[in-house]
Amino acid sequence: MPLFLNEDQQMLQDSAADFMKGEGDVAHFREFRDKNCKDGFSHDLWKKFAEMGFTGILISEDEGGLGLGHVEAGVVLEQIGRNLTPSPFLTTAVAGVEALNAGGQAMREKYFPGILSGDSVLAVAIDEGAKHRPDQISMAATREGNGFKLDGKKQFVVQGGSADTLIVAARTSGSAGDDKGLTLFAVDTSSDGLSRNSVRLVDSAVAAHVEFDGVIVDADAVIGEVDEGDAVLKRMLNAGRAGSAAETVGVGAGSMDITIDYVKGRKQFDKIIGTFQALQHRLSHLYSEMEVARATVLKAQQMLDEGSDKAELMISVAKAKAGKAAALSVKEGVQMHGGVGMTDEYDIGLYMKRDRALAEFMGDANYHTNLVAEMHGY
Amino acid sequence: MSDIETFRAETAAWLEANCPPEMREPVVDESDACWGGRNPTYKPGQKEWMDIMAEKGWTVPDWPKEYGGGGLSRAEAKVLGQEMGRLKCRSPLSSFGIWMLGPALLQFGTEEQKKHFLPQIARGEIRWCQGYSEPGSGSDLASLQTSAIDQGDHYVVNGQKIWTSYADKADWIFCLTRTDKNEKHKGITFLLFDMASEGVTTKPIKLISGASPFCETFFDDVKVPKSYGDGISSVVYEENKGWDVAKYLLGHERSMISGQGGSGGGSLGAKFADQIGRDEMGRLDDPMLRADLADIDIELLAFRAMAERFGDTFKAGLCHPAQPNMMKYVGTELNKSRYELIMTAGGSEVLEWESEATNGGLTARDWLRTKANSIEGGTSEVMLNVVSKQILQLPGA
Ligand SMILES: Cc1cc2nc3c(=O)[nH]c(=O)nc-3n(C[C@H](O)[C@H](O)[C@H](O)COP(=O)(O)OP(=O)(O)OC[C@H]3O[C@@H](n4cnc5c(N)ncnc54)[C@H](O)[C@@H]3O)c2cc1C
Ligand SMILES: Cc1cc2nc3c(=O)[nH]c(=O)nc-3n(C[C@H](O)[C@H](O)[C@H](O)COP(=O)(O)OP(=O)(O)OC[C@H]3O[C@@H](n4cnc5c(N)ncnc54)[C@H](O)[C@@H]3O)c2cc1C
Repeated sequence: MPLFLNEDQQMLQDSAADFMKGEGDVAHFREFRDKNCKDGFSHDLWKKFAEMGFTGILISEDEGGLGLGHVEAGVVLEQIGRNLTPSPFLTTAVAGVEALNAGGQAMREKYFPGILSGDSVLAVAIDEGAKHRPDQISMAATREGNGFKLDGKKQFVVQGGSADTLIVAARTSGSAGDDKGLTLFAVDTSSDGLSRNSVRLVDSAVAAHVEFDGVIVDADAVIGEVDEGDAVLKRMLNAGRAGSAAETVGVGAGSMDITIDYVKGRKQFDKIIGTFQALQHRLSHLYSEMEVARATVLKAQQMLDEGSDKAELMISVAKAKAGKAAALSVKEGVQMHGGVGMTDEYDIGLYMKRDRALAEFMGDANYHTNLVAEMHGY
Repeated sequence: MSDIETFRAETAAWLEANCPPEMREPVVDESDACWGGRNPTYKPGQKEWMDIMAEKGWTVPDWPKEYGGGGLSRAEAKVLGQEMGRLKCRSPLSSFGIWMLGPALLQFGTEEQKKHFLPQIARGEIRWCQGYSEPGSGSDLASLQTSAIDQGDHYVVNGQKIWTSYADKADWIFCLTRTDKNEKHKGITFLLFDMASEGVTTKPIKLISGASPFCETFFDDVKVPKSYGDGISSVVYEENKGWDVAKYLLGHERSMISGQGGSGGGSLGAKFADQIGRDEMGRLDDPMLRADLADIDIELLAFRAMAERFGDTFKAGLCHPAQPNMMKYVGTELNKSRYELIMTAGGSEVLEWESEATNGGLTARDWLRTKANSIEGGTSEVMLNVVSKQILQLPGA
């Protein structure tokens, strides 16, 4: 398979680009930020995502979705990144759906209709500390009657405040650090004993601290097998990491483009500042980094769609590389804007804030660099 | 099985059966590669391997068959490359003819020139060198002064080239000459001639690595015929239009040099962990070095994806024409970083310049050689200038 988008994917890219620009651009982002809305995104827009078919991108055609793959999910996410479109797409239609794809038919039948119609929002509850450490999950799920009782805390549950369902990773046996003994659950956020404290993040997205205080769930809330949740978790993380890497490329590319535009217009010393070689070389270096990041992310997604046994390695490579390239893009962006880069009026700072939050989602560049070393056996 | 998978299976079987065992050992350095030519020095297995591959057209798999190529599609050529990599088969022939002159002739040559010169290149019969740089004309190549004066049926060439790689070993030269002093870019002619011609002398230059792979090349009233018979002109394209050819060729040269960014086999970290030692968790026991190695492993895998994408988009005509410059910049800077880390990980051992244990300071010499990657074929700064101007379209670049 050649490493560029085929015709269908190109068409999807065009329609996603038009859609995000038309319905969910930076002005839309500002509007929702400034009215201090509790969810941080527009439910009307989420309904329109559903009308476009985007929410069912990873749901099979038999089940009413588009039956597409991670390359296509990435195509949509890149446009979300470029436009800073506020939406629960990544947690719901990518990470959430991919977890549910590992579940039984009854579970999929229960959740997919709401996702396909844009009525439902999903969030993933993995992290328990300030850094992403899925191998250290300690939240307990103990057997109780026909089901389980959940006790513990999760944080950085992005879109957790507006979600109706959480995908929760908890321990049914063993202790933090063990491979086996994890189980994934689909948990209704209206359950007794579940409380959420929504917090606004630096990028104006809303995340939740979630507390589970004896939350009772049925056995059929289990996704996959009890104690074998590592496989489901891996599947969800692969999708979420590849997806967030694609969104990161979008953020980096968007920030680069507005910076290049800016230096072509601003004059100092009687010259367009874009004529100074000190800036030109840094922008060309940035362009190179972004190109490499884009190729890497696409490669990882293709490998994931093909079911390659090296996909996980390439996803970590992609998350790290995209993270570094986009971080460079937003830093150079603010710097090259000079004083106005520090102002709320200009968009470049919004990209910097979005990049910072995205970097932490499902592991930052350091985390994935360490994983690459581990996967290579050192 | 799909056609391409059948091709893969057949190719693998053929390579297994025909590649001499010596040609499945890694290439140690440039001099260890097979360069062919009129006065070749072959190591065991090299000539057999070159000849049998040339017979199939696989020294130049994607050139048309009528010019000595294999006529393979992009997909097939990719599979051949993958299988050669997997089976550790060496490239059968290293050649400026293959990397640079050939693509330029395919694009700009006359039918007679293609029929004459390309098969000689494919079979490794003629070794070419590149006469571009001059003492006063490096990055600003188009300021070159070596003159070619029209004398009716021949030109007389005078001047000096520098940094001419393997000029002392090459049979022929593709040379940029000035045929019009009143023009800059539009006064340059791309000329082909024999290095054995009277008036051509070469003087090797010793490098920081100790090797002398390139030369000063002097032309003193060298007579270059306008035609080599049968309509085979010594000028490629037209007089005073050599810059178009030179630029096109540089695109290929830059793509080729960028390939070094993706070389180097598997994980560097895994290799050095075995040498340096591991902690009780199995991790390389120098945490800072481990982090640097993991960074380079990431950059290598990322660059390989970029190289694949570049090749695919290039063949499909979807790639920006200036993209080879970006590739050259990234690939060569990465190769330099990789060697910095190889030296760091190697510690004091790789400092030994002449001992047998280090194969005569091979790693250190290779490390020094990589420093030229971002100079030869156009410097990194020049690559960034081209990207600024042609891709980002920054003003005044
Ligand atoms: C938080 C803050 C507080 C400030 N406080 C004050 C204050 O109290 N009083 C006051 O007077 N000012 C103040 N300033 C303004 C500050 O001094 C200017 O922002 C600064 O001098 C840069 O000018 P500029 O914003 O116009 O950027 P520009 O000059 O437009 O620069 C834009 C970009 O172009 C680059 N650039 C410009 N010229 C060249 C060149 N020749 N070669 C290479 N690159 C070039 C710059 O480095 C920058 O990256 C403040 C700014 C900030 C952000
Ligand atoms: C190993 C090796 C093999 C080579 N093989 C050949 C060969 O076979 N045939 C051949 O013809 N040539 C060959 N060369 C020559 C090579 O192409 C030149 O060295 C190269 O083009 C740079 O020219 P220069 O050395 O004159 O450096 P200069 O052009 O003098 O550059 C010096 C420094 O100034 C910087 N600089 C120059 N212009 C600018 C600018 N506009 N903006 C910013 N920075 C700038 C450069 O990037 C560089 O860092 C080879 C060189 C090497 C190292």
